[in-house]
Amino acid sequence: MAVLDIEVDTAVVSPVRKRRRVGALFLAAVAWIVLIGLAAALAGALPIVSPTDMDILARRAPPGAEHWLGTDQLGRDEFSRLIYGARISLTVGLLAPVIGVLIGGSLGMLAGYFRGRFETLTVGGVDVLLAFPPLVFVLAVTAYLGQSVLNITLVIGVLGIPAFTRVARAVTLSLSEREFVVAARALGATHARILLRELLPNVALPLVAFFLLGVAVTIVVEGALSFLGLGVPPPAPSWGSMIAEGRENLDIAPWLAFLPALFMFLSVLAFNIVGDTLRALTDPRPGAL
Amino acid sequence: MTALLSIENLTVEYAVGGKALFAVSDVSLEVGRGETLGLVGESGCGKSTLGRAVLQLRRPTGGRVTFDGTELTRLDGEALRLMRRRLQLIFQDPIASLNPRRSIGDIVAEPLVITGVVDRGERERRVRDVLAAVGLDADLVMGRLPHEFSGGQCQRICIARALILEPELVICDEPVSALDVSIRAQILNLLEDMKRRYGLTLLFIAHDLAVVKAVSDRIAVMYLGRLCEVGPTEQLFARPAHPYTALLLEAIPVPDPTVKPAANLAAGEPPSPLDPPSGCRFRTRCPRADQTCADVVPELREIAVGQFAACHHPLG
Amino acid sequence: MTAPLLSVEGVSVELPTPRGALRAVDNVDLALAPGRTLGIVGESGCGKTMLSRAILQLLPKRARLGGRVMFAGRDLTNLPAEALRRLRGPELAVVFQDPMTSLNPVLTIGTQIIETLQAHLGMDAAAAATRGVELLAAVGIPAPAQRLRQYPHQLSGGMRQRVAIAIALSCEPKLLIADEPTTALDVTVQAQILDLLAREQQRRHMAMILITHDLGVVAGRTDEVAVMYAGRIVERAPTSRLFAGMRMPYTEALLAAIPKLDSPPHTPLPAIAGRPPDPTRPLAGCSFAPRCRYADGRCRAAKPPLGDPERAGTLYACWHPLGLSESASA
Ligand SMILES: Nc1ncnc2c1ncn2[C@@H]1O[C@H](COP(=O)(O)OP(=O)(O)OP(=O)(O)O)[C@@H](O)[C@H]1O
Ligand code: SF4
Ligand code: SF4
Ligand SMILES: [Mg+2]
Repeated sequence: MAVLDIEVDTAVVSPVRKRRRVGALFLAAVAWIVLIGLAAALAGALPIVSPTDMDILARRAPPGAEHWLGTDQLGRDEFSRLIYGARISLTVGLLAPVIGVLIGGSLGMLAGYFRGRFETLTVGGVDVLLAFPPLVFVLAVTAYLGQSVLNITLVIGVLGIPAFTRVARAVTLSLSEREFVVAARALGATHARILLRELLPNVALPLVAFFLLGVAVTIVVEGALSFLGLGVPPPAPSWGSMIAEGRENLDIAPWLAFLPALFMFLSVLAFNIVGDTLRALTDPRPGAL
Repeated sequence: MTALLSIENLTVEYAVGGKALFAVSDVSLEVGRGETLGLVGESGCGKSTLGRAVLQLRRPTGGRVTFDGTELTRLDGEALRLMRRRLQLIFQDPIASLNPRRSIGDIVAEPLVITGVVDRGERERRVRDVLAAVGLDADLVMGRLPHEFSGGQCQRICIARALILEPELVICDEPVSALDVSIRAQILNLLEDMKRRYGLTLLFIAHDLAVVKAVSDRIAVMYLGRLCEVGPTEQLFARPAHPYTALLLEAIPVPDPTVKPAANLAAGEPPSPLDPPSGCRFRTRCPRADQTCADVVPELREIAVGQFAACHHPLG
Repeated sequence: MTAPLLSVEGVSVELPTPRGALRAVDNVDLALAPGRTLGIVGESGCGKTMLSRAILQLLPKRARLGGRVMFAGRDLTNLPAEALRRLRGPELAVVFQDPMTSLNPVLTIGTQIIETLQAHLGMDAAAAATRGVELLAAVGIPAPAQRLRQYPHQLSGGMRQRVAIAIALSCEPKLLIADEPTTALDVTVQAQILDLLAREQQRRHMAMILITHDLGVVAGRTDEVAVMYAGRIVERAPTSRLFAGMRMPYTEALLAAIPKLDSPPHTPLPAIAGRPPDPTRPLAGCSFAPRCRYADGRCRAAKPPLGDPERAGTLYACWHPLGLSESASA
């Protein structure tokens, strides 16, 4: 009797690629991000006037042939300012969470993996940072180091570290108990290898989704800081400071406040949509049956 | 038969809410080279803890583990890491023990990467060999992710990963408990076949005596962290000496309606390991328990040739 | 013969998947008289759970159900939701494989039992609490009054399953469906839970469907057994008759795959090679043909119907049924 059935199993699930359906909304979001990103990156090469040139004769001009989207109260071209403003909003919006994800993500993973005293210290440090009033922190830093794009980025970045640390630590904690990590240890893998090859691929995804959320939040925060006059110093345009300046002319030229607000809203929405969709798309499990 | 693995007075403790939980208490066992030792007991009796303590994945609180003349309990860092290659572990949940984001080819090659086999060609050749050995078609499986496979196939992949370094000792922690009867038989046969092919020594952990019987030369029975009985498989089945072994034997469902299931199995469940009974830990469920059992911890003693039981009033 | 309590007539369940429709249950007929027990046996993925869910009308939203499920004279498939809700509990109850998923983790087990009793039987709180203690005692839980105040995670797996059974029994159902009630448990606890179910089933004269992948579990504890493979029932017979001489090679193979207590160690097990067919790609012939050692051209070309050619009460779907001499039981 054929008892030793070491048959070659050919009935493996037939190779059907999961059809990844992405909606029009996702495509529109990506298109918006690409458009804004390109415009911001190539602003200097685009055939537009300088955002700081004042056309004294055409202050608060309505949209028209000369100034597509009109001018502000100093006669500066609104369209040009929006594009240069995107430059600052996106620079800060993308760079600040990078600081958070790199530092916070590493700290969180190390804390979740090694546990012990390091974890206690990290969690304690994070709590201290969270307890610190963020506005005071911003004021202190800008007062001491000066208002510049770099400093704003650093400040928002550092403020984002606790959130990333927490996400990374929580995910790592639950993964470290999983058998595949124990299996790697049993194979004699080094800690570095376990962290990089077993844990990182699994932690990265929630972190990336969180990163995109961070981008959206940072754009808003940068806008708020500029609105309060704590952001990038004038005359450099930023969406936040444009809204603040436009506010003074709401009755005469409402578009001066609405346009930057609309740009900010669309960009934040786009980053959120992309973040959510990416998370759903990269989940290795098929939809629950 | 020389002992490849010897466990002496092993004790493993967990701290649970400020109290000490003795998951494994003073267990001594030997596994000879080429032997399969079955380790049985109910959920929570410390089987997995024992298996992990052997590999030093969970450091024992007391006792010694010696593997091929080297005391593992004394090794540290690099020396331990190097030693671990000769001992491998297979888990109960085959799906959870594969990284969901890495391809099968990558997962099975990982041990080679860790041990510094740099030649990609050689790695691929060895991965293909071992996948074929466990009955999988390398071309079909290597590029896929774990979730695309059934439980039985994932267990084959885990076995392949454990065997690729050609270890000497493999600890199988309930490798078939999560599988259907039909797939269970395939995996048990596969393990037997692999044992012959790679000259393995197995420590086979399970809660089902029938499964353990199919593969083991000797069987050790554990209850609440302590060893109850150790003996050659057939002898243990024919003449169990410890009442707990007898209980486990009666609990096996027999696929024959003319055999009525043993009544009176409603003898409760194991008490909390945080607060084990004094004396013999089985006494709260034992039909033979008396005052001695409550007062004196029974020592393991030889009941028949090669058969040891820790009981004041052994059966038979 | 009494009129059946439950009769499943030509039930099919189809689930849409990215790879096409998956026929999880394919034209199943079953009947169960009051107070009788039926075992449904099959490998994982053969459609056991979908069949039980079809009976309970608890299918996933996207599932398409065909056929009729007659229960105590009513067709459950076109009963309004409210009427169905009132049936569950007092008439139909279920125990699942993992008691952790059927018990609410944030409520004490007392609250869960008492609320069930109040909702379905209209008991007041005090009466329900007394009844809850009795029920826990009946399912073999020591110190039941204290246990009422505990949460599911404070109990062992076996205890949780006992609580789930107590809740299922609380409204004295006419039919209990136990879907792999012991698969997640130890052998010792499994034996205890099966004994408990058998005892309560007899005491309450309740009909029961016991679903499992292990023929050993149904052997001593059911009146009738239905073996399922790839969504279909391939053999159905009174339990003693089935074990005395099975006709279907698949049933024989399932039985042979169980490790025997009387065979010496290292005896290779007659495993069933391969896996069940992909349920989205049904085969033209017998679904078991790729794994069957008796398969021939006819098996691969045409699907054998489920019938009782011997008129002896054993239904099977096979072109080459095993002879009486080929009794596989030990
Ligand atoms: N990390 C831990 N922290 C605290 N207690 C633990 C831990 N792991 C296990 N235990 C406890 O130690 C005891 C032994 O657990 P172990 O997992 O070794 O049992 P087991 O025999 O393998 O059980 P199973 O059959 O359920 O796998 C149990 O009481 C368990 O609750
Ligand atoms: S020592 Fe006593 S209580 Fe323990 S198993 Fe033996 S007879 Fe039972
Ligand atoms: S019909 Fe043919 S293939 Fe199917 S079970 Fe019978 S003998 Fe086997
Ligand atoms: Mg275990």
